[in-house]
Amino acid sequence: MPLLEVRQLKVEFGDVKAPFRAVDGLDLTVEEGEVVGIVGESGSGKSAATLAVMGLIDPPGRVDAERLHFAGRDLPSLSPKAHRQLLGKEMAMIFQDPMTSLNPCYTVGFQLEETLKAHTRSNRRQRRRRMLELLQQVGIPDPASRLAAFPHQLSGGMSQRVMIAMAIACHPRLLLADEPTTALDVTIQAQIMDLLRELQRQQGMALVLITHDLALVAENCARVVVMYAGQVAETGAVSAVFRAPRHPYTAALLNALPERGSGRSRLLTLEGIVPGQYDRPDGCLLSPRCVFATPECRVLEPHLRQIDGRQVRCHRPLDAAGNPTDD
Amino acid sequence: MTEPPRPLLEAVDLARYYRVARGWFQGWGTVKALDGVSFQLYSHQTLAVVGESGCGKSTLARLLTLIEPPSSGSLYLSGHDLARATARERRAIRRQVQIIFQNPFSSLNPRKKVGTILQEPLVINTRLSSREREDRVRTMMAKVGLRPEYANRYPHLFSGGQRQRIAIARALMLEPRVVVADEPVSALDVSIQAQVLNLLLDLQEEFGVSYIFISHDLSVVSHIADEVLVMYLGRPVEHGPQAAIFEQPLHPYTRALLAARPCLDPALRVRRAPLKGDLPSPLNPPSGCAFHTRCPLATAECVQSRPELRRVAGRRVACHYAEVGGG
Repeated sequence: MPLLEVRQLKVEFGDVKAPFRAVDGLDLTVEEGEVVGIVGESGSGKSAATLAVMGLIDPPGRVDAERLHFAGRDLPSLSPKAHRQLLGKEMAMIFQDPMTSLNPCYTVGFQLEETLKAHTRSNRRQRRRRMLELLQQVGIPDPASRLAAFPHQLSGGMSQRVMIAMAIACHPRLLLADEPTTALDVTIQAQIMDLLRELQRQQGMALVLITHDLALVAENCARVVVMYAGQVAETGAVSAVFRAPRHPYTAALLNALPERGSGRSRLLTLEGIVPGQYDRPDGCLLSPRCVFATPECRVLEPHLRQIDGRQVRCHRPLDAAGNPTDD
Repeated sequence: MTEPPRPLLEAVDLARYYRVARGWFQGWGTVKALDGVSFQLYSHQTLAVVGESGCGKSTLARLLTLIEPPSSGSLYLSGHDLARATARERRAIRRQVQIIFQNPFSSLNPRKKVGTILQEPLVINTRLSSREREDRVRTMMAKVGLRPEYANRYPHLFSGGQRQRIAIARALMLEPRVVVADEPVSALDVSIQAQVLNLLLDLQEEFGVSYIFISHDLSVVSHIADEVLVMYLGRPVEHGPQAAIFEQPLHPYTRALLAARPCLDPALRVRRAPLKGDLPSPLNPPSGCAFHTRCPLATAECVQSRPELRRVAGRRVACHYAEVGGG
């Protein structure tokens, strides 16, 4: 049984009659101890999907799913109390911006202790010992003095490490990391990713890494989900998907990377932006931006289909050489 | 005999110190945000400045655009000494050096129409009639790939990539010779980033501007730069042609930066031990070589004496062990 099983997840905002679908029928399964990457441009629904899994989408946003199971439990039917007991304990999240996610009015120690207080039976001394252990684990030097520090006294890398310490405090089985390193320098990013991978290996924690950095996914994940405008465009093993992308969107994202360009030649670009509420096209959502789009693509919406071990949402999936195929 | 070409922009030992309060009754401290940076920029060239946050990249941008005066050192633009320029001369010089800021969401005034934003440099610096100004705005908008009829719209109607195009257009309105781009693509998605990089290269081709390209993203830098200046804690550590630095970095810090960058292609991946720790506090920099606290090669000599920049293998490196560290 997978640890997390999501079927046909929909997240909608705004008017009930003409809603904006931030997430439109997402399927996602995460096995115990697996590392899955979710990539896509801004506006593709990555963050909305993870917030929905965590149950953090507040009204007027609406979440609907055929199936939203975590470790055999149906998340939407849990009582608020049972849900609170789950969050922060068995499933935890690292938010994107460490500078705004920590409460500036309380010390690091206070905020870290809150998690432990809520989820573990422990006395103050035990909690303090665990907090020091956690800060040490995430590589914060001189943890005892840091407990009394306020968030503004920490650098970006330090705050992100505090966020991670909070997330892993109760040995979660699933960690959702929403752009955990985007605000950080490359050197700090490498440290944080090493730390997350080590925790994942040691504790058998499942990790969902949400990012727009394809190289980061290539280095750290086994499986990747490429999202576009709230839908899954392509999903499969990282090595296969990045070596020979089947969906034109995945191919375009990869080609836009400067490391794919040679010298100072022009980069291949993907014109336009992710469609929003009012400019959602008919047919394939990528069709206005896709170089291979046919009249069929502009009318008929493609479905996810199975092609050699991965799923692709395209009428004319690319072959190994990057040319569209008709079948 | 032809004379060697004169540099367009030349910095000699540029430094900028800030006096900061250390706290109650603890007196004042000096932060050497920038300490001895020299370079020459020729027309049509791109110099990339890289380093972690806090290394003085943005301070350098502020000095080059005359937003702030240097504490010491001198700056020459086509041979004119900027320190000795009169107010009127400085105004003329400012037209030659323009800047593009990092975040296009905060660098455009939300209450002004795009046309007004683009006209402003002309209103301040030229005596063109309003008809002529409008004409120039339209031509420039077309050049950066925006529809001229959008001149009457407000910035919030544009996407991130389009806004960065507006910011680029604004920087080019006065036909400057040097454009300082402070992390111009780091707030953008990969697909949009590729469009903006292409645009910058095209405009360089067309107008012959030189770029000072400040970035922490090494793959972007390797794509766009002719020369690279790597900085650490306000001081240059390695400076030379792009190919030399990326193919055989000699300073251990440059090597660490390159190794920390996530890489798409598993074959190119070099996994060295990541740098430990954070950037030291600039208020209290380490003795000797500022990098010795994090350097794998550091010896007693590095703690005591500060290495000066010296010529090694076609570039300038500030390391006692530049020759040793190559492999």
